[in-house]
Amino acid sequence: MDLFLESNLESVDAAEAHCVEAAKQLGLDEDACMDLGLAVREAMVNAVAHGNNYDAAKKVRLALESRSDSLRITITDQGAGFDLNRVPDPTQGDNLMRGSGRGLLLIQTFVDEFTVKRTPEGGAEVVLVKYAISD
Amino acid sequence: MSATITTRQVGDVTVVDAAGKITLGEGSALLRDQVRNLLGAGNKKILINLGEVNYIDSSGIGELVSSFTTVTGQGGQLKLLNLTKRVHDLLQITKLYTVFEIHDDEAKAVRSFS
Repeated sequence: MDLFLESNLESVDAAEAHCVEAAKQLGLDEDACMDLGLAVREAMVNAVAHGNNYDAAKKVRLALESRSDSLRITITDQGAGFDLNRVPDPTQGDNLMRGSGRGLLLIQTFVDEFTVKRTPEGGAEVVLVKYAISD
Repeated sequence: MSATITTRQVGDVTVVDAAGKITLGEGSALLRDQVRNLLGAGNKKILINLGEVNYIDSSGIGELVSSFTTVTGQGGQLKLLNLTKRVHDLLQITKLYTVFEIHDDEAKAVRSFS
């Protein structure tokens, strides 16, 4: 599956629904499906809101690759990209009481592999991988 | 299920019953508006009942934190009631579990307000 989605919250819901359905097909239990759905939601919100800034002229690409033992989800925006190593830890110091900044922590908690890179055009490409059987 | 936020008064404590999805663009905004309205009306003892919240994202969690800091910053108290396993787990992951005063008995929670 390879979709180009509008930069709005309806796309967030749609992407989450697609990925949860794929997770069910992979055989993940209800909790694991919900965990993955939340990770996808957070990544999509980052792409739609922080990456594309809800710009109607920009799209978010959702690529979903189902394998026998895993699910690989790639979300690409047309924003300015970001460096994962420079994102503040939301559990430390004053960050703990901030009203935002926890999305990446939740993504990293609920998937088995998470990578971020900058596309040649400058946007963010995040890859989420969920195994059929997690450690 | 979309979010619903309703309030009821128990003594001098306002119980905010939240239900459904507390996510960006849905429940988060409703929760923020409700807490602001309560503060504006002078209600500073707020107990948020999350027992029927089946889904929350980082925006929803952030809104709980913002509400807490706003209420306490104005000399009020904000406490949480009836966490579902999902909300409980997310507060643990984000290390916010010890930030909030959390109850699982409404009557005791109401009495705990000073």
